[in-house]
Amino acid sequence: MDKVIVAKNVSLSYTADETIINQANFSVNSGSFVFITGASGSGKSTLLKSLFGAIKLKQGSLVVGGVELSKVSRSKLNFLRRHIGIVFQDYKLVKEWTIEKNIMMPLIINGYEKSVMTNQVESLLKHVRLKHQAGKYPLELSGGEQQRVAMARALSHNPILILADEPTGNLDEYSSELIWKLLEGANTQLETTVIVVTHHIPSSLNVDYKHFHIEYGTINEIN
Amino acid sequence: MKSIKNHLSLIVALVSILFSIQIFVIVERSIDAYKQNLANNYSVVVVSQKTITQKQFFRINKLINEVKVLSPDNVIKRLNSGIDKSNMDFLKLTLPKFYKLHLKKYPSPREIKRLRKDLLNNRFVIKVEDFSNTHDTIYRLLVLFKNVVLVFAAVVSLVTMLLILKELRIWQFKHNERMSIMGLFGAPTWLRSAVLFRLSIVDAIISSIIVFVIFSLIASSHWILNEFNNINISVVIFDNVGDFFVLFGISIVLSILLASMIVLGHKEEV
Repeated sequence: MDKVIVAKNVSLSYTADETIINQANFSVNSGSFVFITGASGSGKSTLLKSLFGAIKLKQGSLVVGGVELSKVSRSKLNFLRRHIGIVFQDYKLVKEWTIEKNIMMPLIINGYEKSVMTNQVESLLKHVRLKHQAGKYPLELSGGEQQRVAMARALSHNPILILADEPTGNLDEYSSELIWKLLEGANTQLETTVIVVTHHIPSSLNVDYKHFHIEYGTINEIN
Repeated sequence: MKSIKNHLSLIVALVSILFSIQIFVIVERSIDAYKQNLANNYSVVVVSQKTITQKQFFRINKLINEVKVLSPDNVIKRLNSGIDKSNMDFLKLTLPKFYKLHLKKYPSPREIKRLRKDLLNNRFVIKVEDFSNTHDTIYRLLVLFKNVVLVFAAVVSLVTMLLILKELRIWQFKHNERMSIMGLFGAPTWLRSAVLFRLSIVDAIISSIIVFVIFSLIASSHWILNEFNNINISVVIFDNVGDFFVLFGISIVLSILLASMIVLGHKEEV
């Protein structure tokens, strides 16, 4: 099976003296579902950020989707990011854009045709049950609704990899369930690799998953 | 309404800069026209022992545009008290020659000095009257007026630039988040900044149109035209094509510079 992520001796840090992730070695197969857990401040989100090049490696080699992130050019990084869908805990929606346009953003960046974009957004709005809110702005929606928009945006361009940072952290049960179903669907139906940083692995999930636990800067695989 | 507010501060700043520039241009044109007017009326009187031809005068100094020989008849008339005709003809021949020199442009005090020196270097020239006191006063007054307007325009531009820089910080804050989010999804720099450049170019176009309308109205104002007529000069207040394109160019360059500064100062937030 193809590896979508290969990390060798990866160390991550924000400052010179402190190392958050120390000499991590792991790999993720294409089409797998991965959970990353750990206590608050253990480095889960830092590890996730390193997977889309938002943090530079202190040491080691990290290959994501065939792109070596330890020495990546801006254009190559943009290329990689165009094939990744990211869901943030704080949603990161563009406030001055309607939710329709927010979902459309990765499609615009990838240069899709207008008719394709419209159809895709319409279908996703239906999936996240926000069709009636299409013209609204993010701040007019509840937290759960905003996260559903962020989820739809991450799925819109059929990425090879979805990275989600505590996607259900602050959500109500209904929205949480919907988010997990969408992630499950993307993984099982579209064979998209999904990596989720979370505190709790939902019991209702019907997928085989890999579980990495971070403790004291070390990544341990639990099965 | 929100959109108008977003644009207004940059438009006002750009309009102020363009307005000061055009005012300076008008003042410069007026001074040039006035100088030409003065140059037409200004002349240097030269007294020579012998005849100097027009060609010789032109060779003495390049500023000289026209040479008129002053007739000695008036002087002779005043002396004419019982002198017979043959003596009068002899007197005419022995009297020095008087020339009135018109110049190509209104000269600076330095040019006058140089002209005077060049003329006196000619062995036949015995006297040069350049009316330098009156000339210098007028010239200095014009230069002072021009400099005052230049300083005023520079101060207005400087203050406006500071306003633009402040506006730039607000824009940076406003657009940083959207640009960062687009960056997270792999948008290239040009796409992330497209909105910003579009906004600045739209603002530049709007400011140029506003300035165009203002100066077109000023240029057709009877009061303004009468004022220029009163000082006997004719000036192009606003050239609808030439001036508009210069101001439009300045406006576009400034706003693109502004947008580029925001793009260069952008830091990705995660």
